[in-house]
Amino acid sequence: MSSKAKSARSKPKPKIGIFKFASCDGCQLSLLDAEDELLGVVGAVEIAYFPEASRTMLNGPYDIGLVEGSITTHHDAERIQEVRRKCKTLITIGACATAGGIQALRNWKDVDEFVRVVYATPQFINTLKLSTPIAEHVPVDFELRGCPINKYQLIELITATLAGRKPNVPTYSVCIECKRKANVCLPVARGIACLGPVTQAGCGALCPSFDRGCYGCFGPMESPNTASLTSQFRILGQTDEQISRSFRSFNAWSWQFRRASEECERT
Amino acid sequence: MTANRTIKVDTLARVEGEGAIYIKMAGERVADVKFKIYEPPRMFEAFLRGRHFSEAPDITARICGICPIAYQMSAVHAMERALGIKIDPAVRLLRRLFYCGEWIESHALHVYMLHAPDFLGYQDVIAMAKDHGDTVQKALRLKKIGNHIVRLLGGREIHPISAAVGGFHKMPSRQQLREMVSDLQWALEASIEAVRWTSTLPFPDFEQDYEFVALRHPDEYPFNEGRLVSNRGLDIDAAEYEDRFAEIHVKHSNALHSILRGKGSYLVGPLARFNLNFDKLPEVARQAAVSAGLKPPVKNLFRSIQVRAVELVFACAEALRVIAAYEPPPSPRVEAPNRAGVGQAITEAPRGILYHRYAIDEHGLIVTAKIVPPTSQNQKRMEDDLREYAAQLAAWPLEEATWKCEQAVRCYDPCISCATHFLKVVIERE
Repeated sequence: MSSKAKSARSKPKPKIGIFKFASCDGCQLSLLDAEDELLGVVGAVEIAYFPEASRTMLNGPYDIGLVEGSITTHHDAERIQEVRRKCKTLITIGACATAGGIQALRNWKDVDEFVRVVYATPQFINTLKLSTPIAEHVPVDFELRGCPINKYQLIELITATLAGRKPNVPTYSVCIECKRKANVCLPVARGIACLGPVTQAGCGALCPSFDRGCYGCFGPMESPNTASLTSQFRILGQTDEQISRSFRSFNAWSWQFRRASEECERT
Repeated sequence: MTANRTIKVDTLARVEGEGAIYIKMAGERVADVKFKIYEPPRMFEAFLRGRHFSEAPDITARICGICPIAYQMSAVHAMERALGIKIDPAVRLLRRLFYCGEWIESHALHVYMLHAPDFLGYQDVIAMAKDHGDTVQKALRLKKIGNHIVRLLGGREIHPISAAVGGFHKMPSRQQLREMVSDLQWALEASIEAVRWTSTLPFPDFEQDYEFVALRHPDEYPFNEGRLVSNRGLDIDAAEYEDRFAEIHVKHSNALHSILRGKGSYLVGPLARFNLNFDKLPEVARQAAVSAGLKPPVKNLFRSIQVRAVELVFACAEALRVIAAYEPPPSPRVEAPNRAGVGQAITEAPRGILYHRYAIDEHGLIVTAKIVPPTSQNQKRMEDDLREYAAQLAAWPLEEATWKCEQAVRCYDPCISCATHFLKVVIERE
């Protein structure tokens, strides 16, 4: 990698491709939302494939591939293989790409019934039974969490990858961010259910800073104790149905949150 | 004599989401037009069932990363109607400010970064920035100011976290809002300049006879309230929406097509709002429009870039008005106890009206949900426009005709992620 960084100065700029699967477009928009850094980033790299922003669509190979969205169709399951082959470093961005996204709620239901609810002619629709993260299909070099991702973490990740160093993206919980901001602990002080103790940091403890419990949009932290949090939620008076719903949102199909919600259903 | 041919755009660029255009020409006659949405279906209306009403604003926001506030606003208003809740006037005011932020951010992105390159002959804003550096810098600052409003009220630009049924989770202080005033004053001037700048762009002669559909409120340019009206006599409450509009499922699209029952296609978005609500624009926005030669009815789709600039002027002026009038309410939201009910709401997303309907049970859980995004509503009209426009371009070289058709669709600022909850161009000449 370091040789790549060196060669970046003398050789052509590293090529970046941005690929979309089932998603809301929000994570790739994060790059356009980095108003102060955008022109700097596009100066340092060649944006070779970014249909949301440009008509220029260059063929690979790409030095860095950023993948947004989950796999929900046969066609996309094949396309991700092709994207992987074309990208030296493949980075998945956001809860859809890293955990299947909110559309993974179908994974516990009958998808054919879902299609019938939304579409008048279900036979026109081609969809898989499961919405799955990219890493279930191809090897992924780095997973950037969040629904949506934090744009500063994205810039850090691109910069680190180009420099050949490890990105500074913490895997501790939202609680650490709350403590740093000197927020009052909502569950302790006010009995508000909060997923902060099991959720990976990165948002800056946003929800607790707005007087609401964390709803887990950055997905599970490293080694989350979901069983302990479930008992705490019960003490706060939450029903198992409510607890299951809390784990079952934007990162529902991450194995840690999945296990936690399924345990609530079993009890 | 022009040969039979196909205009084909497999991946439409500079739109939100994935779609394609396919036009089949038999000589000068347009044989077939398909605006294909191949964005994978995500089926929100199905998995919303069984979720609590309080979750709807956060879940539906994920339909679109570009206009999450629109989803949150339609969701909270529909739920408040279902629950019979009345919101505090300060909440009402702050929700207008929240929407101003999204309109500024979304319109600045589309006007300068997605749409302007078409008129100036660039592939993207990055290439445009090399020759028009000052303009692009200004665009980025404008967009950032819109995003700043959203961040201040909602914590972050994409999928903000403070909107709630009954109000907000937390209200900003007067001081926090006051700190935005000087930026917004700059943004207001920059937007007036944007109206002037967009007026210098070359517009093709393409006027169509549209049925414009937008909200109309007695006292203000519409965001969250008002009756749904058209230039052809439509005048209904949100609760009557499904009696007058139908959704059709066509094979080539994962997004449903909306039609006005018994009539067909219609147009929502900036042109519709401007034409139906010109008299409700603040003086500064009306002045900017008139000096740029814009007066209702504007029937040229390509002029939507100018109208978006006028709406930027409006949004900045409105944001300043709200900030001056704002007093934090005693409580950020009114409590919303569980009860069974049905509620509908229509709000004005940057791309046009967004309809939500929910039925909830006595435990507050969603029984049925229906969501009709602006791009679904415009989809049929896009195909009608392409049919007219492709016929005008019959004698053009294929590559240029293809680019022009792409541009026509981009005038809509289509949001494909929304519509499937959708762009490629294919012109086939036989």
